Formats: sequence, C-alpha cells, structure tokens
Amino acid sequence: MIEMTGIDKAFNGNVVLKGVNFSLEDGEIHALMGENGAGKSTLMKILTGIYERDAGVIKVNGQEVDFKSPKEAEALGIAVIHQELNILPDLSVAENLFLGNEQTLGRTGILKTKEMNKEASRILSQLGLDIDVKTPAGLLSVGKQQIIEIAKAIETKAKVIIMDEPTAALTDREIQTLFKTIHKLQEQGVSFVYISHRMEEIFAICNRITILRDGQYVGVRVIKETTFDEIVKMMVGRELGERFPERHAEIGDVKLEVKGLTRDGYCEDINFKLRKGEVLAIAGLMGAGRTEVAQAIFGYRKMAKGEIFIDGKKVKITNPLHAKKHGIGYVTEDRKSEGLVVDFSIKDNVLLTNLDKASNMGIINRTKEKSFVSDLIKKLGVRTSGPMQTAKSLSGGNQQKVVIAKWLGDEPKILILDEPTRGVDIGAKKEIYQIINNLAEQGVAILMISSELPEVIGMADRVLVMHEGKVTGEVTKENMTQEKIMYYATGGDKVVQI
Amino acid sequence: MSKSKDLIQKLGPLLGLLLIIIIISFMSPSFLTATNIFNVLRQVSISALIAFGMTFVILTGGIDLSVGSTLALTGAISAGLLAGGMNPLLAMLIGLLLGALLGAINGVIIAKGKVAPFIATLATMTIFRGLTLVYTDGKPVSGLGDSQAFQLFGKGYLFGIPVPVVTMIVAFIVLYFILKQTTFGRRVYAIGGNEEASRLSGINVDRITIAVYALTGMLAALSALILTSRLNSAQPTAGQSYELDAIAAVVLGGTSLTGGRGWIFGTLVGALIIGVLNNGLNLIGVSSFFQQVVKGIVILIAVLLDRKKTA
Repeated sequence: MIEMTGIDKAFNGNVVLKGVNFSLEDGEIHALMGENGAGKSTLMKILTGIYERDAGVIKVNGQEVDFKSPKEAEALGIAVIHQELNILPDLSVAENLFLGNEQTLGRTGILKTKEMNKEASRILSQLGLDIDVKTPAGLLSVGKQQIIEIAKAIETKAKVIIMDEPTAALTDREIQTLFKTIHKLQEQGVSFVYISHRMEEIFAICNRITILRDGQYVGVRVIKETTFDEIVKMMVGRELGERFPERHAEIGDVKLEVKGLTRDGYCEDINFKLRKGEVLAIAGLMGAGRTEVAQAIFGYRKMAKGEIFIDGKKVKITNPLHAKKHGIGYVTEDRKSEGLVVDFSIKDNVLLTNLDKASNMGIINRTKEKSFVSDLIKKLGVRTSGPMQTAKSLSGGNQQKVVIAKWLGDEPKILILDEPTRGVDIGAKKEIYQIINNLAEQGVAILMISSELPEVIGMADRVLVMHEGKVTGEVTKENMTQEKIMYYATGGDKVVQI
Repeated sequence: MSKSKDLIQKLGPLLGLLLIIIIISFMSPSFLTATNIFNVLRQVSISALIAFGMTFVILTGGIDLSVGSTLALTGAISAGLLAGGMNPLLAMLIGLLLGALLGAINGVIIAKGKVAPFIATLATMTIFRGLTLVYTDGKPVSGLGDSQAFQLFGKGYLFGIPVPVVTMIVAFIVLYFILKQTTFGRRVYAIGGNEEASRLSGINVDRITIAVYALTGMLAALSALILTSRLNSAQPTAGQSYELDAIAAVVLGGTSLTGGRGWIFGTLVGALIIGVLNNGLNLIGVSSFFQQVVKGIVILIAVLLDRKKTA
C-alpha cells in the first residue's frame, strides 16, 4: 500500500529525519513509536504532503508519488485524524461529517440535507454508532467525536487512516468501541497508522510496529514476535555518555512537601517531598498530569484538595504572586505562550519577574535595569546581539535561557522546570543541565518535569512516575533504568483487555 | 526590527499630521492663525484626555466603550454639586474620584468577572448613560455659579495658553512618564503582550487591569470638567460617540488593537489629526455630513499604511 524508503528531512540545517523507512500493507494496523521528538509526526507530515522531504522515495500502490499538499494525499485515499479533533461543536453530526464535502443540488450550493443525513446514519451505524445525526456534535463524548472523524475519513473513501494519539482523551470503554471500529474497517481492507505512546494498546491491536529514535529508523517488528521489553529498549537505547555534567550537590532538609494534591480530572492524591539541593524529576507520558501538578503548586490553577508545606510550614498559594513570595519559580512548558512576551526585548522579558529589583517606588532605574539583565544573560550564556534584541528572534535554546534567567533573577529557593530542554539543541541542552546543577549545588530544590527519559536518568536524584493523573512509581538514582520508568509510565501492570 | 525602520514607523502619524496641516493651510488662509490653532487645541484637549486613557486600556489588550457615558455622568454630578453651592474645588475632586470609581467598576467586571472588555463596557456604557438621564431628568444642568477656579478650568489662560491645553500637556507628560519609566507602565505592556506569561511571572494582572480602567475613567471625568466649564452647563447627552473618536485616535497613533505595542505620543498625534480634520474641513466649507466620510477614509488609509509596514 505505502512504501517510504530513505526519507531525510532537516529544518534549517537541523536534521530531524535521517534515512527513515516505513511500509504499510493493505488492511494492516501499523504502530509508529518513539520518544517525543523522535520524528513520528514529521514522517507522517511528509507522507501527507504537509512537509516536503529532502531525500527518499514514497510509493503508494507501487506508484512513486510526490504530494504537494494534503489534498493530493487525500485524493489517493490517505486521511489523517489529528490529536486535536476537527469537530465543530455547534454543527450537527451529519454537518460535521460532510463538512467541506457537502452534497448539493448541482452547483447551486443548495444542500441535500435529507440525503446527507441518511448517508451519515448509514456510515455511522456501519461503524457501530447508532445516534441521531441531527444532534450537535459538541454534545457527544470525545470517543464518539473520534468515530465521527473516522466516518469523515471513510466518507472521503480513505484507504489509509493515520491516527495521532487517538486514545489520549478517551475512557477505557470508549477505547474498546474505537478498537472495534478499527477492526471492522481493517476487515474491509482499510489500513491504519497508529501513533501512540501506550504500549498496551499497541500490543492489543497492531500488527507491526516501526520504531524511530532521534530521527533515525531503528527497526520494524511483528507484534506477535516481539516483547514489551524489546520495544522499550529499541525506543530508548542510546548511550548517555557525558551528555550530563557531574553534580556535587549536598542534599539537605525537606524544602517542599506536597500532600494529597488533587485536581479533578487531572491529577489525584499526589504526595512527595523535595529536599534542598535535590533534583526530583516527574516522568510520564504526555497527558499524565505532570504539568497540572506543577500549575497547582505554583497557584496558577486551583487545587481541589491538598496541602503544601514549605520548610515544614503549611502555606496557602492561590496565585503565582504568592508562589513567588514563597520563593518558588516556574519555568513553563510552553515558552511562547506562557514563558515569554515574544514581542518584548530580552531585557523586558527578564524583568517581568524582577521589575521591583530594578526600580524604586515604582520608578524604573535604567542603569540598574541594564546591569541586572546583563549580569544574568552573561551568567547563563545567552547568545544575543544585546539585551534589546526581541525574544522572538532568538533560537529555542536561547529563548529557554531567557525564561530561566527571568526566574534566576528572582533567586528562587524552589525551581520548577517543565520540559526545560524541549526544542533545544544538544549543545544548549548541556548548558541548561549545567545551570540546573549549579542551582542544586547552591541548595535550590529542583522539580523537573521531563518526557525525555535519558534526561531524567542523567539529571534526577529521584524520579516520580505518573500515569493518568496518579503516581504509579518512585525510582531512586541507584535503580533508575529507562525500562523501569517506561513500565510505570505506561501504567505498570495495567493491561487493556480487548 | 532595525532602529531606523522603527523610527519611521513611529513618526508616520506625525508626517501624516503635517501633510494634512499643509494641505488645509493652503486651502484656507484662516487655518494657521493663533486664534484658530488655540481653538483646535482646546477642542482636541477634551478628546485627547479620553484617548490617553484609551491608550492604556488598548495596550492591555482591552477596550473601553463607556468613556463617553462616564464623561456625561461625572460632568452632570459635578455640575449638580456646583449648582448646589458646593466648594468648586471639592466638587471637581468628587467628579474625578467618581470617574475613577466608575472606571474601577469596569475593571473589576473585566478582571474578576472575566467578562470580555467589549461586552462589559458596552453594558456599563448604557448603565452610566441611563444614570445620567435619571440624575438630570434629561435636562441640562446649569446655574453653576461664577466660581473663578471652575470658570478658568475650561475658559481661562495660563501664560497665554488656554488652560485645557495646559491640562492636556501636563497629563500627557505625566502619562508618558508612567508608561515609559514606571513598573506600572511596563506591566501594562506586558499584560497586553502576553497575559498568561505575565500572570505566570507573578504580575498582579487583575490589580493592574482595574487600575488601568480606573485611570481611564478619571481622565474621562477630567475632560468632563473642561467641557462643563466651557459650556457652563452639563448636557445629559454629552460625550456621545466620544469612545469611537478616542479609539480612532489611538489606532491612528499606531497602537495595536491586540495590545502590547504602541505609545501615547502617537495617540496625541492621532487626536490632533482628528481635531485638525474637523476644524479644517469646517473652514474649507465641507458639509458636516461629508466630513464624516472624510474622517472615516483617513482612518482607513492610516491603518492600511500601518498594516503594510508591519507585514
């Protein structure tokens, strides 16, 4: 059906795919797996014509193709269902199903509503979903919306459906229904590319699995002939080398203690202690509730239940201002939307948290402001033409350093780092690790959320692993292996029955 | 962006103003006379003060439609107090504080109630106007007495310059300083640039939002006092559609409606452009109906030029 060989892709000289192979047979469910940033999405975007490849061959049904746009891929029966569903909540199920593809009376633009409703009912019942197609789609559960997306793909005569993390927001029962639907279509010869982090699901429904790591093709396996352990090893197996600088921090008294932290629907009964000079990592898959825990500690989102203690004293933190006063800093996951004012200069971004230090009675002191910022950017090695350069024009790594500088200026006692090296190149990564080490050596207590297992193992003294809002395991430095963390992150011994 | 390009962008509105002045002064010899210039500036002072406040609001990414009604209500109440024989300075002070209070109400609805600024101030625009009509019974408030201080405020001269113009210039300098040189000003820009990042940086977004709307309300009250003094009465319908002129002045001055970018000097120029156009078109003899068409076209051209430059 589909045959991709030797696919290369680089963005601005940054290689993201190198010699990747991928093949999909008729009626096959093929899993695509790899850590965040391994290149799964890029590969699929190349397949569907969103990105152009630098090298390699793509064949569909034996014919070499060169899609210039997703429309062209769609014409050959390749459809994508994104993680973020494309459902318009106020339109009916049928209207959603035919969106952009409406049946009309000739070219008048007058809709053949009855025919479309009937056809929608037919397709959906074929997929095992018997609902009134006139219901607004927004009233349906996410699981049913997902099936509408599949129906949309079928309506356009898709032969290949690419699903990106389809079960991320589904309940167990909805997952069952989804799997049944997928099986039904498989019997009719439809193939699926199934991108997921959930090992148990892949073992439950996929035929083969292709594994990518750091943009490289690691291999392909037949699910029936492989094991959980083999896949994990293929996925994470890389030499740590000296990517992680040494740290000589003294772990001291408990600085922060979290008891029973709960946010309905996000995380449940989270308990942990964080000590001075310690780097505690929270690992887990995307959507496991890690960021949600950090947001609650920082007072950015309300917690339903739970208590926070700093230096053994109970504190009440209901907004970031309180958190800041208690010496907590928070380097957010998403630099652009939460960390920076991108139109501001480096100087003004760094001063977002520190304006009081460079001013007197609310009046800004220009000299103090400049020296304060210059010191910080020098300390962190931000590569820039000067403090007046806009944040927008910096590289990812340097932007991240600016966000860290923003908090370092505030001299936090507890620093939460959410994916501190996401989208940052290897060199800058090491520099950021060095900054983290220096802080720990100065006695700062560090809570690091990371999806990159090598980073967790290289940096953390201890790791908490979360799965679906709960802590499923705690691993100490001596026992830390990627396999162990991955085991807890995918839910431990919980296996989906099908 | 390079420094020189930045400067051209900032000075664009000023060049536009000069161009309009040159064209009008060729078409009407009476335009460039001292009396007329003071006349224009006096008129502009009222709308400029409101536009200054609007600049702060728009920099945070908000909008305030209620300024015209705030002007009417604070003008009417100050006038009522004066007519009742209250000490004029006290009556004026109460007017200003009332303006700040009305603005703060907007701010609280927006920041704490999480209502979109457009909707919140659309509602209070109606409420404040309604309260003005209730208070005045729909009739002008007059008989304000002959207090020197109050009369001077709208009609007097200081060193040969009309007092309203002096008020406008002082307000401009103070507000310019606040935006440029204080933590408050910097945070106004930050909130408009990225509200979430500001909140996550420990900036008290709610408090600053409320303060910005309160400031705007107070500036509307200040211009109400000037207007009331000049007319020697408070009209219940005063200030209608002033919010639109203020928004136009801010936009003409190059401040982005999405917040975070802009400066108050541009707003001053924008208010002058509108004032000069109003006055000049009158002098040339363009009908008041057609004047609106011209004003609208000028605003469109300015915004389109600005878009081209930023694209």
